Amino acid sequence: MLESLTLFGFGPDSWGPAMLRAAANTVAVAAAGFALGGSLGVLVAWAKIAGNAPVRWLAAGYTTVLRGIPDLLVIYLFYFGSGLLLTPIAQMFGAEGFVSLPGFLAGMGAIGVVSGAYHAEVIRGAFYSVKTGELEAATAIGMPRLLKFRRITLPLVARHALPGLGNVWQMVLKESALISVTGLVEIMRQAQIGSSFTRQPFTFYFAAGVLFLTITILSGLIFNRLEHRYSRGRA
Amino acid sequence: MDFEFLSQTFVALLPGIPVTLELATLSLMLGAGLALAFAVVRVRRLRPLNWLVIGYVYVFRGTPLLVQLFIIYYGLAQFPEIRSSFAWTYLREPYWCALLALALNTAAYGSEILRGALLSVPRGQIMAAQACGMSGFLLFRRIVFPIALRQALPAYGNEFILMIKATSLASLVTLADVTGIAARIIAETYRPVEVFVAAGTIYLAISYGLILLVRVAETRLNPDRRDPAPVAGVGAARKEVTP
Repeated sequence: MLESLTLFGFGPDSWGPAMLRAAANTVAVAAAGFALGGSLGVLVAWAKIAGNAPVRWLAAGYTTVLRGIPDLLVIYLFYFGSGLLLTPIAQMFGAEGFVSLPGFLAGMGAIGVVSGAYHAEVIRGAFYSVKTGELEAATAIGMPRLLKFRRITLPLVARHALPGLGNVWQMVLKESALISVTGLVEIMRQAQIGSSFTRQPFTFYFAAGVLFLTITILSGLIFNRLEHRYSRGRA
Repeated sequence: MDFEFLSQTFVALLPGIPVTLELATLSLMLGAGLALAFAVVRVRRLRPLNWLVIGYVYVFRGTPLLVQLFIIYYGLAQFPEIRSSFAWTYLREPYWCALLALALNTAAYGSEILRGALLSVPRGQIMAAQACGMSGFLLFRRIVFPIALRQALPAYGNEFILMIKATSLASLVTLADVTGIAARIIAETYRPVEVFVAAGTIYLAISYGLILLVRVAETRLNPDRRDPAPVAGVGAARKEVTP
């Protein structure tokens, strides 16, 4: 126990600062992917709700395929696939070997595209649980479309979508551990590095677990507060 | 896209399918058994155990499966006591470690699904059974469990598909499942798009098959939801189902 305190403390030769920096990377890549997925999700949900038949099929295909394929494969696709595009360009500039997107961008893209499918389902479900009467009331008093969307539809959808979005965030956070395969130094990768240096794999992966659990708990609290806030005045 | 390479890749990936299916099936069966035990502990509020299960579920749902897998596969080797014990014959094998991690993980998610299902069994049904003189295990086996199972099946169906996807992590501890073979081919050929399409098709086919199976099971478990036998003159009147 004492031994691991010095191992993860902040003295010289300790791994504490490195693990915390890695945790910041995890949160950053997960948040970036979540935001990307959210924007994609809004578009896809819109396509599913209001699109014509071909657009709806496309959207349905996207959500079905991305929810049925392992995230790891999608990450490989983004990481190595970007290499297909970038390597020839990099070679023109004299680089040698395989060049691909940095792990952060590849991971963000993969997480965004995967979570977009889940976002879309959550947002669509939330839209349908908004009572039509409330939207009709807005139209009846003559609100223009954009104003109605901003003042009425968006807050109501957000209220219904928040619990689901919280789940998607937790999923994204845990998925981000897989980005370690691209070499991005997030929690998992840092734990791998640490355990191969010190030959104490249990200590390091356990620490990784504790860090993930801390982030999950903290973000759970934040989502609870948001939910509380967005459901003010709800009967 | 190069179709010859695509079909070659597809054939190369086929040996991974049994590995993926086996990992998913075994871990789901083990996990469901554990999950049921956990759910009963939670619903009955068996005191000290109850807290343990709450903690277990919290930790296993709050950390990535990859962390759990690496703790079991790489982490446990840190302790000489484990390396010299009989368990080491299993724990040094990536296959058993992956199976254990997957089963422990799905047990946590599954126990929450089953807990919800057990709690949703109407009081009246239980009281009716008690009025008939049933109690204890007979009541659970004949009344509570079948009703809860119906309730749990749609959500558990989702868990099946998540587990099919989760088995792909086994490739990170050197197992040659579909994803493991796919990763190897990508590394050898640098042709991720074709490999992704081939492997993705396999996973989608498995998931789709599972969805169909769950649907069949649902109709079998819910006789009241089946389409009534066609009655002359009524035409295609279909009983509306409210979920």
